[in-house]
Amino acid sequence: MAPAAADAALLLWRSLEELHERDAPSQRTPGPAHQAVDALALDRRGFLKLMAASLSLAGAGACSRAPQQTIVPYVRAPAQLLDGGPLYFATAANLCGSAVGLLVKSDFGRPTKVEGNPSHPASLGATDIFAQASVLDLWDPDRSQAVTHQGQVSTWDAVVATLNTKLNHLSAEAGAGLRILTESVTSPTLASQLRSLLERFPAARWHQYQPINRDNVHEGGQLAFGEPVEPRYHFDQARVVVSLDSDFLGGAGVRYARDFVAARRAADGRPDPGRLYAIECTPTLSGAFADHRYPVRFSEIEAIARALARALGLPSADTQESPAVAAAALAGCARDLQENAGRSLVVVGDAQPPIVHALAHAINHKLGNVGRTVTFTAPVLAQPDSQTESLRALVADIAAGRVDTLIILEGNPVYCAPTDLNFAAQLAKVALTVHLSLYDDETSARCEWHIPQAHFLEGWSDTRAFDGTASIQQPLIAPLYGGKSAHQVLQVLLGQTAPSDYQAVREYWRKALAVADFETFWDDALHRGVLEGSQLPTKTLAVKTEFLLEAPTQPAPAGAEVDIVFAPDPTIWDGRFANNGWLQELPKPLTKLTWDNAALLGPALAQRLGLNNEDRIELRYRGAVVTAPVWIVPGHADGAVTVTLGYGRTRAGRIGNGVGFNAYLLRHSGAPWCGRGVRIRKTNEQYRLAVTQHHFTMEGRSPVRATTIAQFQRDPAALLRDERSPEPSMYEPEPYKGYAWAMSINLDACIGCSACTIACQSENNIPIVGKTEVRRGREMHWIRVDRYYQGGMDRPQTYFQPVPCMHCEHAPCEAVCPVEATVHDSEGLNLQVYNRCVGTRFCSNNCPYKVRRFNFLQYADTETESLKAQRNPEVTVRMRGVMEKCTYCVQRITNARVEAEKANRRLRDGEVVTACQAACPTGAIVFGDRNDPHSRVSSAKASELDYALLAELNTRPRTTYLAKLSNPNPELEKTGASDPATETLP
Amino acid sequence: MSSAAPEALPSAMLASPEAAGRDRDQAGAALLPGEHSYASISEKISGIVLTAPTARWWTIAFMLCSALTLVFFGAIGYLFYKGVGIWGLNVPVVWAFDITNYVWWIAIAMSGTFISAALHLTRQPWGASISRFAEAMTIFALAIAGMFPILHLGRPWFFYWLAPYPNVMSLWPQWRSPLVWDFFAILAYLLLSLMFWYLGLIPDFATLRDRARRRSVQIAYGLLALGWRGEARHWQRRQSAHLLLAGLAVPLVVSVHSVVGLDFATGNTPGWHSTIFPPFFVAGAMFSGFAMAMTIAVLLRRAFDLRDFITDRHLDNLAKLILAMGLVLAYSYVMEIFMAWYSADRYEIYTALNRMRGPYAPVYWALILCVVVVPQALWSRRVRHSPWVLFAISIVINVGMWLERFMLIVTSEHRDFLPSAWGMFYPTIWDWAILFGSIGFFAWLLLLFVRFLPLISMTEMRELLARQQGGS
Amino acid sequence: MNEGQPVYGLIAEFSSPADLLHAARSAHGAGYRRVEAYSPMPVEGLAEALGSHGNRISLLALAGGILGGVLTFALQWYSVTVDYPLNIGGRTPAWPGLVPSTFEMTVLGAALAAFFGTLLGNGLPRLYHPVFNEPGFSAASSDRFFLCIEAADPRFDTQHTRRFLEQLQPLKVSDVGA
Repeated sequence: MAPAAADAALLLWRSLEELHERDAPSQRTPGPAHQAVDALALDRRGFLKLMAASLSLAGAGACSRAPQQTIVPYVRAPAQLLDGGPLYFATAANLCGSAVGLLVKSDFGRPTKVEGNPSHPASLGATDIFAQASVLDLWDPDRSQAVTHQGQVSTWDAVVATLNTKLNHLSAEAGAGLRILTESVTSPTLASQLRSLLERFPAARWHQYQPINRDNVHEGGQLAFGEPVEPRYHFDQARVVVSLDSDFLGGAGVRYARDFVAARRAADGRPDPGRLYAIECTPTLSGAFADHRYPVRFSEIEAIARALARALGLPSADTQESPAVAAAALAGCARDLQENAGRSLVVVGDAQPPIVHALAHAINHKLGNVGRTVTFTAPVLAQPDSQTESLRALVADIAAGRVDTLIILEGNPVYCAPTDLNFAAQLAKVALTVHLSLYDDETSARCEWHIPQAHFLEGWSDTRAFDGTASIQQPLIAPLYGGKSAHQVLQVLLGQTAPSDYQAVREYWRKALAVADFETFWDDALHRGVLEGSQLPTKTLAVKTEFLLEAPTQPAPAGAEVDIVFAPDPTIWDGRFANNGWLQELPKPLTKLTWDNAALLGPALAQRLGLNNEDRIELRYRGAVVTAPVWIVPGHADGAVTVTLGYGRTRAGRIGNGVGFNAYLLRHSGAPWCGRGVRIRKTNEQYRLAVTQHHFTMEGRSPVRATTIAQFQRDPAALLRDERSPEPSMYEPEPYKGYAWAMSINLDACIGCSACTIACQSENNIPIVGKTEVRRGREMHWIRVDRYYQGGMDRPQTYFQPVPCMHCEHAPCEAVCPVEATVHDSEGLNLQVYNRCVGTRFCSNNCPYKVRRFNFLQYADTETESLKAQRNPEVTVRMRGVMEKCTYCVQRITNARVEAEKANRRLRDGEVVTACQAACPTGAIVFGDRNDPHSRVSSAKASELDYALLAELNTRPRTTYLAKLSNPNPELEKTGASDPATETLP
Repeated sequence: MSSAAPEALPSAMLASPEAAGRDRDQAGAALLPGEHSYASISEKISGIVLTAPTARWWTIAFMLCSALTLVFFGAIGYLFYKGVGIWGLNVPVVWAFDITNYVWWIAIAMSGTFISAALHLTRQPWGASISRFAEAMTIFALAIAGMFPILHLGRPWFFYWLAPYPNVMSLWPQWRSPLVWDFFAILAYLLLSLMFWYLGLIPDFATLRDRARRRSVQIAYGLLALGWRGEARHWQRRQSAHLLLAGLAVPLVVSVHSVVGLDFATGNTPGWHSTIFPPFFVAGAMFSGFAMAMTIAVLLRRAFDLRDFITDRHLDNLAKLILAMGLVLAYSYVMEIFMAWYSADRYEIYTALNRMRGPYAPVYWALILCVVVVPQALWSRRVRHSPWVLFAISIVINVGMWLERFMLIVTSEHRDFLPSAWGMFYPTIWDWAILFGSIGFFAWLLLLFVRFLPLISMTEMRELLARQQGGS
Repeated sequence: MNEGQPVYGLIAEFSSPADLLHAARSAHGAGYRRVEAYSPMPVEGLAEALGSHGNRISLLALAGGILGGVLTFALQWYSVTVDYPLNIGGRTPAWPGLVPSTFEMTVLGAALAAFFGTLLGNGLPRLYHPVFNEPGFSAASSDRFFLCIEAADPRFDTQHTRRFLEQLQPLKVSDVGA
């Protein structure tokens, strides 16, 4: 180590010594082993306290320091606006493989809230849960805060010095022994940097691995077209959609959900809305939304795809009938596709083997959908080769001693690499290992060097969306802990002396598109958050049909054999969000499970194995054993157990450590998505899970009103005939002149993704309470998404219903409050006055919707500095002992009103957008002034589908719902998914 | 004054034979049998306080209850430090043990004032001997009951916001909230009971003052007696005041428990929203109140050998009252179910069924057993005349009444309108600590009472004697 | 006790309420007006025998009750309609909700009036009173009945009055020092 660097290290070490004295515990946070033991038992607030001081040291200084470079605000220009009001900046985040365009709110220089960027194709103004929660990661006190060398605090200069000395040797033999391992790279700048690095060191290699990757999609393209392609679906054009194990509604990204729902908005009285067939193994949001859903084993999908192809007159090798789906159903489905040729679409899940993708391409081609409902572009990834193979190659090279320097840029391979590759052990053989990541995680612990990474709100970069549209990722704040970006590390490797991600990105684009006036272009790009016309060009390709005649890759499963299916976790994805409290506590859309993953299996299998919820089972697969709690999921395919990835982290941080079980231990490079023949053994232990909704049937009550479009068109009034609202009142009605705020939630548009819940949590400073408190039933979400099942356990109809405060005009809660802590305002808002509340909780008793949340303990963390910085300054942080609930985002209403009053005019419709509404991918939530007959909310409420929840109580809610309409295929009605309830649910 | 005391006794001795003589030759189902004179009454009752040595059982019981009392206040301390989250509460079950205890205690508080007041008004002579400790019971139970509305608050230090007073927020209580009604009801009931009790105690304090040997004791009781000297006109005023307070107490007591009933009835929660609640709660309160009075009566009678004052006839009458109230209660249970069915309200019906079949069904059936079935034993005269059986039954009833309140509160809350919001309540160690702590505290106060105050009203016993002699 | 020392009055001690009642009647009959009877429990008609004509406790209570009730209701109505009207659950101000508190405070007002009325009327607390000087008087709170004719009575005369009392067959008669 260079003496200068050594001094620097020494210096920093000394200051840390002082830190030790000031705040010993925070520095002595136990090692992964200890944390794993009882992270659950740990009281979250308790350990967050420990971090307070170290934070004030690390954070306070940088807290609200703007980046040195010029960053361009999105709407509220000019940037030097001095009234202290919030500014919005356009940026983009690549959280799960492709980019979503964002507008990030900056309060006094602190990024506090994420919204979607309306002009970004992947967002159109909406966001998924990951984007919403990403701002919490920025302020996470557990983020890595210093460069470490073999676990000891070191400096960036020290790394640079080491790398430079290393490079001198490397350049001798053309970089042989140098390996770069990245996650999926969509950033043009990063890609070009990597290429130039490979030019500089021809013998070096760039490997790419991300556990949730699109290898199969690319290989499917290879199979069908002879080249890897990126299928891009146009659901807005599709009338009949067949989903083969694809969750295009759920998962990461929101554009497809928006397109799909927009196309079938039955509520608009459109005569002929679309129809969705879902054939899938693990229940997904798409399946829940489908008009017909057929649960089949993962491994049976190929056979079904082939059968479908056959039914549509495509050549085929085998003639076996599809085992799982009734021939009649399949035929009907095929006919539906046929009749809607050109307006139909077959989509395949990323996890499905290449052949299924290829089959879908062939079918879509046959149906003439290509160019209409699906187009093809080059892959968004800069390097679409198989990532599993890439990693395998890397490991092989290491084993063969061909690797001497390994630079890991982002990602956590030690944790998430396929277990058979034994990556962790191999890593030890590499002489020099450097790991750049947001957290000091499992991989950092096994690398010689760890470099704290700059959060995407801290650093410059660029990234591509699902359609290739590029965005500049501009930071809103200078790195809190001196984090570096991958660009900077690569610049060092490229021998640049003053590494700057800003320069890297600018230079790339300056070269890439030689525009005359670059500065204007640049400012515009930053301002809009999108680079115009940067999406990838559409390709016209001919389908090869040879593969159709090849024998099936997946033989039909043996009867007793059980498949193990690997899926990204609905809320913490592949584990990268494991330390994000909001996502950990967000009920998983279908299971309503929080703070844990579980072995999900269907009722039939559970019955066969004599398993109940929360039973502990041993999953034994290819020699590896993992114990997991059971959670029975109605509608899960029989003969398969689904485990979600991302849990069982050991160095995620204090939130994520030791939570759940690590399914990666069962995941093999040969069977990354579905393994055959997992053995399940029941132990006699139990494992308590924290679930937020315990009762899944509607008990003959009708919180969710649903009917089929056919019936609705026959007799529109039938649906709500029993509606008894409004009943007479003894009191004369309040006039509510001026504004009358109201909300309408369209159940026919709601896909249950829960983005609203997270958006609300982030907007309204809603604390998380931890697993034990959730188990007690004390979660604090202001808007919850209820999930009901109807029909048999094996193939239930699934309904979602977001439930915020109803803002009843005859609010039962207000009448019983002894201290006037909850009252009505002149615009009809049901207000909660925190500082007046004494906490009798009578209001919650009297709330028939149970939307009120009580601070049973001091939930809001008032110690941790960085979390303070994250909060929305316009919303009170509640103390223990007070009631809280949805306010219709009163702070947003007020801001909008202030603006309107400045201009001395009435608020226009759409000027007030609640957090949940803004985040909703499908626009299911509409908010506005009920007194304005032309407002969207008024027209929604005028619909024949409009109904009030529990109207018979005469609470006169301001929030009402639009009933759910399904559109089953009349010819399949008898076999249709909506078969009457045979068994009732627990 | 002190010099007076020694002479008082001999003169009393002198008096007793002939007074006793008059006793002997008077017949009738005596509420005051045995050889009793004015002197012996004073002797016996004041003796318990002044001369009798502290019994061993008392010391042991007192230490035990002191321990429980410490637990009680310890738990309260922790509650204030951490918040109500230390209990098993959640959404939807935001009330559980806290309000259960509140209703239970306030119901126990019912009987005391009611017994003495009602019996006083109806000139039931047999009330004389039990009214004093019944009143004491009322006040202690009420004091404890009054704590729970404060303890259950999320921010207990702001409890006074329920009171109307000019404040910087220039806000008033929300008068239509039953909790505000509660505030006033408890306030009125507590003050009235105290005054009623004290008014009765003053002459007895005078007796203690005059019979006390030790100066300090004389001064203590002397102060409490306010210098009472038994002037005819003073008696006259006291009598009418006593009568008035009695007259006021009865409707007040009824209103207090109606208000407690309204705490639930005004809510829209299925299982609560019912007009029979106020009378139902009054009946329940009398029931448990009488039961507690029975418990204590039997114990005192045994402990201080008071068979002469708390006679079999007393217990018999109490038992009959309990039986009657039990029947009223049984009726209201039936009516609850009938009303649920008759309302044809889906939610009411579900709640009724859920009580019998749901996860809390054991509680429901246990309470039916304790409150409806067991008391039927009181039809038998033999049972009514065996104190220890009565004691056992009264305990069972009190347990049953606690379960009843728990059932009433929790089963209604845990499954109301939206199935998605249904939940369960499981008590924590702190829930139990507060419950048993409060019982210990109650017993602790009673022990102090029997040790330092005349546990039977000497005045009223003298009146009784006079009435009996008047008869001769 | 020796002559010349100021005397509060003469006190006669009886063993039964009946005797006391009779003594009181005759004393009043004999024209004595500043007479006071002491007993360990209320004696029917004793006060009347001494010429008392009932008392005003009940009137006081009535007044207290009315005051408590009216004030409470007025306060509630004023606060919800005039001082700080609020839209609470869309319910306009209505009297029924204000009744319970009003009732409770009515009762409390009456009770307070009756209680403190009694103490005031009886001039209590008063820890010293001359009759306590009579050594045997401590029995007045347990089993003895006393009649005291005050020296302040116009018809009081040490010898004459003593003779009058003795003819009532008391257990004993003695002077009470002032």
